[in-house]
Amino acid sequence: MGLFSRIKEGLKKTKEAIAYKLNKLFTGGVLTDDFYDELEEILLTSDIGAETTDTVMERLKKEIDKNHVRDTATVRTLLKNILVELLEENEKPDYTYPLVIMLSGVNGVGKTTAIGKLAKKFKSMGKTVTIAAADTFRAAASDQLSVWADRAGVRIIKHAEGADPAAVVFDAAQSVKSKNGDVLLVDTAGRLHNKKNLMEELKKISRVVSRELPDAMVMNYIVLDATTGQNAISQVEVFNEAIDIDGIVLTKLDGTAKGGVVLAIAGELSVPVVYVGVGEGIDDLEDFDAKTFVNGIMED
Amino acid sequence: MGLFSSLAEKLGNVFSKITSRGKLTEGDIKQAMREIRIALLEADVNYAVVKDFVARVSEKAVGEAVLKSLTPGQQVVKIVNEELIELMGSTNSKLEVSSKPPTVIMMCGLQGAGKTTFCGKLGSYLVKQGKKPMFAACDVYRPAAINQLQVVGKKVNLPVFEMGTGNPVKIAAKAVEEAVRLGYDTVIIDTAGRLHINEQLMNELKEIKQKTNPTEILLTVDAMTGQDAVNVAKTFNDELDITGVILTKLDGDTRGGAALSIRSVTGKPIKFCGTGEKPTDIEPFYPDRMASRILGMGDVLTLIEKAQNAVSEEEMKKLEKRMRENKFTLEDFLTQFKSLAKMGDINEVVAMIPGMNKANVDSKMIDERIGKYKSIILSMTPQERNHPEIIKSSRRKRIAAGSGTTVQEVNALLKQYEQTKEMMKAASSGKMPMMPQKIIRQKRRFR
Repeated sequence: MGLFSRIKEGLKKTKEAIAYKLNKLFTGGVLTDDFYDELEEILLTSDIGAETTDTVMERLKKEIDKNHVRDTATVRTLLKNILVELLEENEKPDYTYPLVIMLSGVNGVGKTTAIGKLAKKFKSMGKTVTIAAADTFRAAASDQLSVWADRAGVRIIKHAEGADPAAVVFDAAQSVKSKNGDVLLVDTAGRLHNKKNLMEELKKISRVVSRELPDAMVMNYIVLDATTGQNAISQVEVFNEAIDIDGIVLTKLDGTAKGGVVLAIAGELSVPVVYVGVGEGIDDLEDFDAKTFVNGIMED
Repeated sequence: MGLFSSLAEKLGNVFSKITSRGKLTEGDIKQAMREIRIALLEADVNYAVVKDFVARVSEKAVGEAVLKSLTPGQQVVKIVNEELIELMGSTNSKLEVSSKPPTVIMMCGLQGAGKTTFCGKLGSYLVKQGKKPMFAACDVYRPAAINQLQVVGKKVNLPVFEMGTGNPVKIAAKAVEEAVRLGYDTVIIDTAGRLHINEQLMNELKEIKQKTNPTEILLTVDAMTGQDAVNVAKTFNDELDITGVILTKLDGDTRGGAALSIRSVTGKPIKFCGTGEKPTDIEPFYPDRMASRILGMGDVLTLIEKAQNAVSEEEMKKLEKRMRENKFTLEDFLTQFKSLAKMGDINEVVAMIPGMNKANVDSKMIDERIGKYKSIILSMTPQERNHPEIIKSSRRKRIAAGSGTTVQEVNALLKQYEQTKEMMKAASSGKMPMMPQKIIRQKRRFR
């Protein structure tokens, strides 16, 4: 670049900066109160939470000033980028086999259904899949899981209702070992995270897995219902304390809920979202894509 | 981010700077409203509901009486609390009963809200009320849903009417016929979980409603639901004209702001809440208690009820008398520990105390300490228990040896006893309100 064009380039930037500042001075800039409210509403109504919303909006304001943004369309793009960045900070795992995926979470988030879908997913990849029905607590949970195992065409190891979940997992691990299986999916009973004994039980299952399948890659995923609000943060925190959560399966995204709370979780607890559930069919489980997810929040 | 303490405490902080000056400005109120707004949003109250609510509260709070009061922080919390209760319906609403039996109760809601589990609870609740209920298994979609209801039915000893995975509308209608034939006075219809935007399944519910003419249509909502609670509740209400709401999973650490959103959007009362996995874990819904919970002020009323159940009235009177006479002894202290143990899991109890959170209490540690305190007191002579002031160093050594503890631990117990005595003295002279503040002091993360 020649000297002249460099000066010209420099002047252009200065001109833009002056124009931006004048515009901001006279019109309040792009972030007028109304527009600000509108963006804030989008974030808050997606369950992103008051505090994360504040943080995001602050960052947005800085970006606007830095880039001298003067139109609302660019602001929306900036906001999207900030959100996507937040979600992509935590990398998703690369699987090696044998692989154990254990799903845990509070009651009614869709663990059993997610296990069914995961079974189908790995089966279609040509893997041998075994399911451990370690929810021995909820009435008829293993019956429900058997139906899913049938649909996916995979093996299921189950015990009677009320049996020790760790024992189910032990048997399932033996079976995987002897048959050289690729994937073991462990369904656990729903538990509210503030019940201490139940959390201890999860730890026990987790110990059995790492002892019996020492060479396997073990992924502990927490299943979150997209309709859940700020309590999801506390759920991840407490489960994480018990068993080191490696990722999130976000279910029920086919409703009107946006599941924005995972943004708060991504920012605070560094746990990636791995899968999203988008329906009740066996194929309704997708790999998480931050851009698609953010577009869902921004509604375009 | 994330440090979320009770609204009362936050407002206390906002106002404490000003109270020393004895004057509040509108700016101070604005700051307070900001805190209220965040508190409600973090409790998952819907955005639009919060907006309205804050506008209404600020209008009241700017009034002269609040600004000039000596405790503006508490005044504002009081206004917020009253408005919340108002919003949630001031009284507990009961289940309606049909004049011509059977009374049909239709349960509906999203997947995983806890309908089937709640059916069991409602069944056992109704039996206690002298009713004769039966279930109708109309969830024909989720694998093994009928099995689940049957297991639930067995647990509470009530029959389940099912026709396999047939047409839910027909099953419901037939169930009502069966109830008449067999003399059951209540039919609880368990329907499949469905998304409110699934037109086909919503139509199915409408048909069930038309065929069975239910007295109660109860929408089951997970207390942990976030902003979407309004969309769900509004749609179900628009389509079915529900009669009430059931709030489930309130035994978690959620604040349950969804309750407020739903009530405010549908105008329908919340009738019950589910608080555990056992068939007996069902409670009538009290708006005032929920308001305290949303504000993070603890559930003092339930705590008091629990305490009343654990301690006999006679004991209470005795204790009260001793408190008044300032004769609270180590013997009484021991009784207190015993009744504390009777109140159940220490975590559950602690969670009801304003500003406390279950997650940060190690119940095992507390249990251990209580155990030690008990054995220390039990190693004392009756004279020592009634006149603790005579316990000097040689007695302390003997008590420590006798209880298998150390002198330090004996000292700690005696200190705790003195503090409790002081607190009791303050309480009986009417200075009680200060106590929760002391407990609140510790900071914590989300509840």
